[in-house]
Amino acid sequence: MTFGITMLIVFLAAIGFAAVADDINPPSGLRQIDPSKIAQTPPFDRPGLRRLADGSYEAYYVAQVFSFDPASMTVPVGSKVTFYVTSRDVVHGFFIPGTAVNMMAIPGWVNTQTHVFTHPGTYLLICHEYCGVGHQNMFGKIEVR
Amino acid sequence: MIADRQLRAENRVVIAHVYTATAAIALGAVFGAFQGFSRAGALTAPAWFDYYRVLTMHGVLMALVFTTFFITGLSLFVTYRAIPRERKLVAGWLGWWVMLAGTAMAAAEILGGNATVLYTFYAPLKASPWFYIGATILVLGTWIVAFELFENVVYWRKTNPGKPIPLVVFCAAATFVMWIVATLGIVAEMALLIPWAFGWTPGINVMLTRMLFWYFGHPLVYFWIMGAYIIWYNIIPTRYGGNTFSDGLTRLTFIMLILLSTPVGIHHEFTEPGISSLWKMVFTVTTYGVAIPSFITAFAIFASFELMAIKQGRKGFIATVKALPWNDPAFAGAGYGMLLFILGGFGGLVNASYGMDTLIHNTIWIVGHFHVTVGGPVALTFVGAAYWMIPRLTGRALWKPEWALLQARLWFLGMLIMSFSMHFAGLLGAPRRTADVSYFGAATAQAWQPYMLAAAAGGFILFLSILTFVAVAIGTLLQNRKTEPMQATFATPATPSESTPAALQHLFRWGLLAFALAVLAYAGPLGELLRNPGYLVAGMRTW
Repeated sequence: MTFGITMLIVFLAAIGFAAVADDINPPSGLRQIDPSKIAQTPPFDRPGLRRLADGSYEAYYVAQVFSFDPASMTVPVGSKVTFYVTSRDVVHGFFIPGTAVNMMAIPGWVNTQTHVFTHPGTYLLICHEYCGVGHQNMFGKIEVR
Repeated sequence: MIADRQLRAENRVVIAHVYTATAAIALGAVFGAFQGFSRAGALTAPAWFDYYRVLTMHGVLMALVFTTFFITGLSLFVTYRAIPRERKLVAGWLGWWVMLAGTAMAAAEILGGNATVLYTFYAPLKASPWFYIGATILVLGTWIVAFELFENVVYWRKTNPGKPIPLVVFCAAATFVMWIVATLGIVAEMALLIPWAFGWTPGINVMLTRMLFWYFGHPLVYFWIMGAYIIWYNIIPTRYGGNTFSDGLTRLTFIMLILLSTPVGIHHEFTEPGISSLWKMVFTVTTYGVAIPSFITAFAIFASFELMAIKQGRKGFIATVKALPWNDPAFAGAGYGMLLFILGGFGGLVNASYGMDTLIHNTIWIVGHFHVTVGGPVALTFVGAAYWMIPRLTGRALWKPEWALLQARLWFLGMLIMSFSMHFAGLLGAPRRTADVSYFGAATAQAWQPYMLAAAAGGFILFLSILTFVAVAIGTLLQNRKTEPMQATFATPATPSESTPAALQHLFRWGLLAFALAVLAYAGPLGELLRNPGYLVAGMRTW
């Protein structure tokens, strides 16, 4: 029991250190967006990839039954991509297997996470929250070249 | 002495609850086996087969109906036997009828295809209002059963001034004190969902419904675990002639569970917007806190094993484990369940960890985790306890005890295969709650398929195990040759109860404190949301 509680404290210290020193924090977007006016709200009126002056990228995604907009995109190896995602209708998931990009897309909110693609390949982007009858067909692709 | 007639009347109430649970697990197992094969692509589903409808039924039956009816039945049984008295059984029956009516209403909507929203019914998926009303009625029925338990506690206090409440009744009542605090969240969520589903309100605050759901959703898990702990502390020691390790420590464990089970729900929402990372970190800490009563339980159970071994003149870990009655179906259920709980606990620490959660959130790892926890220690302990309870309810010896033993072993094997496969596939990124994970042959998804097949095979073994349980349960009810006494005895503590501090007796005050703690913990994230509530969403039916 003493061992167990000691381990809890050790684990908590490790998580806390990772959060503060390495900035390992879960996605916690606090921006809001009117889900009925996504088509008129920049930058989600034109979803897709934007290259910033420092060479990193911003990717704006709209999730809806049963697809992602954009459905696919291509970035060079080593790219640092900050994803911004919102939903037009119900709750969707935004998950890239093989990475820690894993967040919920909630109508009314913009969620965000940053990832550096260090390995080339074709990555799946899947909706991993049940969203309706076509949920298993809701996926996209990210090419890293 | 309580008349035989009285015992039989009490038994009928408990039989109603426990056999409803049995029916739920049987149906749930059929649906579960379907899902495993369908998802692995090993079964070409007929056109009428709707994966998500079946998944909704499986989740509701297993997580909400089987567990709840078993815990109400068990709690009534131990209370009736530990506090023998002439009593009216109105609340026990009324609770059962109300719970059954709610279940039937919700199930009709699911089977009719009007509530394919899975057991978490996340808004703005918009189900038929009668589904939400049925689920609410099921919860309200459990409150009637809680009233019956509390009435007996009050009766004991009045008729036995200064004496501690019998330990087993204390544990059962504590479980329902926690349950009342937790279900306030779901009732509040339903108060938002029902008018919205009827179309009386234009939209729903999605994040608010999610926060209320998980305020309830995690203590729901602890409701199941406390049900298993009632059995581990009070019934299992009688199977090997041992004692509960300590009266005071058991009461302390249950009070800690009352206090710590509720202020943890945000750890299900780590990957969501609208909750800042500060509150997510706070809830990581509180979630780790609720592991402590489980550590105490692990310690107390091993201590009880060891006291038994010392009494028999045995020494050492292996000799102690060997001395346990592994061939007794009632013990085997709990014993294998405890082994599975160790695996479940490790995974749980990963899920609760703020930083690591993004690797596995909503992957099939999570499904592996909750099958090895609720489907392991909880369900297997319940099934084992049913083998102990059913002869005492029916006055008949267990039909085919060797099948019962086989059932526990099959379950352990099937659960290991299924949950390990799910954990590994989840680490590779396979999502949960998805009818088909082939993604038109994408390379990443190819790697998941062998694990999906293994999970289906494990699931099928579990299905066979549950069929065996149902055969034994119904066989015992129908055959009437061998008789057994209906008396039930509970484990006595190795230390006498009189030495237990009085502060550990006041269940209702601890319940109030638990609610205050939950409010305090949620003041941060809920306050943040209410200050900046965002948009109402209309909702839709997407199935």
